[in-house]
Amino acid sequence: MSKPPSHPPSKRWSWRSQAFRSLVYQVLAVAVIALLVLFLAHNTATNMRQRGIQSGFDFLLGTAGFDIGESLFTFDSGESYLQAYLVGVTNTLRVAVLGIVLTTILGTLIGVGRFSRNALVRGLCRMYVEAFRNIPILLQLLMWYLIFTEFLPAMAEAWEVGPFFLSKGGLNFPIPVWANGHVWAAWGLLLGVGAAVAWRKHAWSKFIATGVPHGMFWMPLGIFLACGIAGWLLGGAPTETNFPIRGEFSVENGGSLTPEFLALLIGLTMYTAAFVAEVVRSGIQAVPQGQAEAASALGLSQSHSMRLVQLPQALRVIIPPITNQYLNLTKNSSLAVAIGYPDVVSIANTAINQTGRAVECIALIMLVYLSTSLATSVLMNWYNARSEIKER
Amino acid sequence: MSTYAPIAPRPAPAAASGWIGWCQSNLFHDWKTSLGTVLIGLVFLALAPKFFNWAIVDAVLNGGHEACQAAHGACWAVVKEKFRFMIFGRYPQEEHWRALVCTSMLLSLILASCTRAFWKPWLPALWVLVLVMYFALMRGGVAGLRYVETDLWSGLPLTILLASLSMVMAFPIAMLVALGRRSGMPAIRSLCTVYVELIRGVPLISVLFMASFMFPLLMPEGFNIDVLVRVLAGITLFTAAYMAEVIRGGLQAIPKGQIEAAATLGLSYWQTQRKIVLPQALAMVVPGLMNNFISTFKDTSLVAIVSLYELTGAMGMAMNSDANWRAFRVEGYLFIAFIYFVFCYSMSRYSQWIESQVNKSRQR
Repeated sequence: MSKPPSHPPSKRWSWRSQAFRSLVYQVLAVAVIALLVLFLAHNTATNMRQRGIQSGFDFLLGTAGFDIGESLFTFDSGESYLQAYLVGVTNTLRVAVLGIVLTTILGTLIGVGRFSRNALVRGLCRMYVEAFRNIPILLQLLMWYLIFTEFLPAMAEAWEVGPFFLSKGGLNFPIPVWANGHVWAAWGLLLGVGAAVAWRKHAWSKFIATGVPHGMFWMPLGIFLACGIAGWLLGGAPTETNFPIRGEFSVENGGSLTPEFLALLIGLTMYTAAFVAEVVRSGIQAVPQGQAEAASALGLSQSHSMRLVQLPQALRVIIPPITNQYLNLTKNSSLAVAIGYPDVVSIANTAINQTGRAVECIALIMLVYLSTSLATSVLMNWYNARSEIKER
Repeated sequence: MSTYAPIAPRPAPAAASGWIGWCQSNLFHDWKTSLGTVLIGLVFLALAPKFFNWAIVDAVLNGGHEACQAAHGACWAVVKEKFRFMIFGRYPQEEHWRALVCTSMLLSLILASCTRAFWKPWLPALWVLVLVMYFALMRGGVAGLRYVETDLWSGLPLTILLASLSMVMAFPIAMLVALGRRSGMPAIRSLCTVYVELIRGVPLISVLFMASFMFPLLMPEGFNIDVLVRVLAGITLFTAAYMAEVIRGGLQAIPKGQIEAAATLGLSYWQTQRKIVLPQALAMVVPGLMNNFISTFKDTSLVAIVSLYELTGAMGMAMNSDANWRAFRVEGYLFIAFIYFVFCYSMSRYSQWIESQVNKSRQR
């Protein structure tokens, strides 16, 4: 008589059970990392105690004691480190945002230029990409800075183009004098955004219902601008502008951009544009030729085919790598420290040299860049998810 | 009744080949193209003679700084004058031959590793051997060679050393992290993700600051690590995070059926990865890895900020230390830019070649 087949022994806690093994591995990995962190933290604490280094973020409230070359708001050396950091962060963001906008425009132009019918345009675009992406950004920044500080004329002999002055002292340009009317204009523009979005929704539902496109692009733009102008008029239409004038030794009045800022902005823009151009080129190449042919077979015009068929598909390929390029630009703006633009890294560097709080200052740098990076990737992931292929 | 009337022959088609045909279709196709050609041509005609005069006709090739100051053109003499300082930096002058020998050794090893004939199991051993020889000769202190501290290592040798070593060391880390990010174990997956996102979220310069300012604090007392090694470790950890993402892209492209088939055959996890997944995935990501290497090569220029004088830093030091030649920094910058360009451009051409090699299996 045969025995009933016995169940195999439970393998829950056996080394042969995959679940158990993976549990052990994970516990081990976490333990090793935790021990490492503890070890490093312990060393740091001991070292700091022995060398008499103070720790903590209380130094942020102390007096900074150094001047900052340029800032969006007034800063003097009597203010705290926290204020100095804020100046640094705004300076970083200023160059990053402007750089992203400019690099997108330049990079797209060059990327599209690689498909030009004109062989010279194609060749120039190719040369641009190869030259600018194969030279380190730091070297390019140093070269731009050298051009600004050595080759431009002194301020007294600044180059003059219309109301603009370019010299060793940077770029001087006219700015409107701040008046209450500008607040009104800003409110008008804000209202305009709402009105334009509402109109666009209305036009879209009409298009879906009737199939006739009507005022999908120019109308919203017109509404937006009209609201802004209406606000400006309501606010009393302030037109007073502060023009730069040539003084005895320098250019006075008007708005100005320092040579450090310009060198950093131009260097970052030209460098990143080479990469953006490659991204745009590969994005356009990735859309099969058949799509354009099918669109024209359906009777879509050239521009409609580009806007409604080709571009949306190219964008899907372009967006993830272009996000990376935006982040790279933001991170590369930290090289400002090499040419003396007071971004967050150079201010942290000064703070390290003055207070010796290396750990805290580096942590602050990382915090700033991490949060910018995360914010950008969240935004771009949201946009990416919107433009993704909708599958079941 | 109609009479036979021959129709006129069609005109011959426009020449599509030959240089006239090429010009017609590529330069003067329609009025827009022609306008562009003419405009670009005019700008070129306006600028080219000036540049030609500056770079060649009026340039000073030989002679001292007085000759340069007198001339209107470029001062290439500065490159000649400062050549050794720019290339070798602070490495002692009479020992330059050592840096030269070491760097050529390392470069030929890298070049050899790029060719198919050397893709053999003994290649890693050769690397170890060459690196041991490299450090012995470069550092000295053995066999009657003069001892040269690592903070004197500079210039192009340092650039090549940092770029190639950090890349070689980052590769295994990157592979493990890439596998970890795709592993089924949540703890390991999140550790790897945190590492990659953390590193990718911060600029290299902050990692270098950490290596040079914070690292001494992190180590136990009396445990001092050379600044070169610290910086090398920083660049390696930084590169590894980016490389891990490239490799992960390759891993994701492997169809799941491959792994399932391997499991059916009874292969373990590591066997599956080693024999099935990684060979396919790595072949796919070689161009990405090359791009990674190019950017690491360019990124090494940042170590100048933490006072290690690689090519860019050595050039800056060479130009700024001598008041006579300071005015001719542009020529120095252009020379260095040219060196970087030659290296990076040839690497990107190699990457294109290898891409075509890898794609051979997919072409019919």
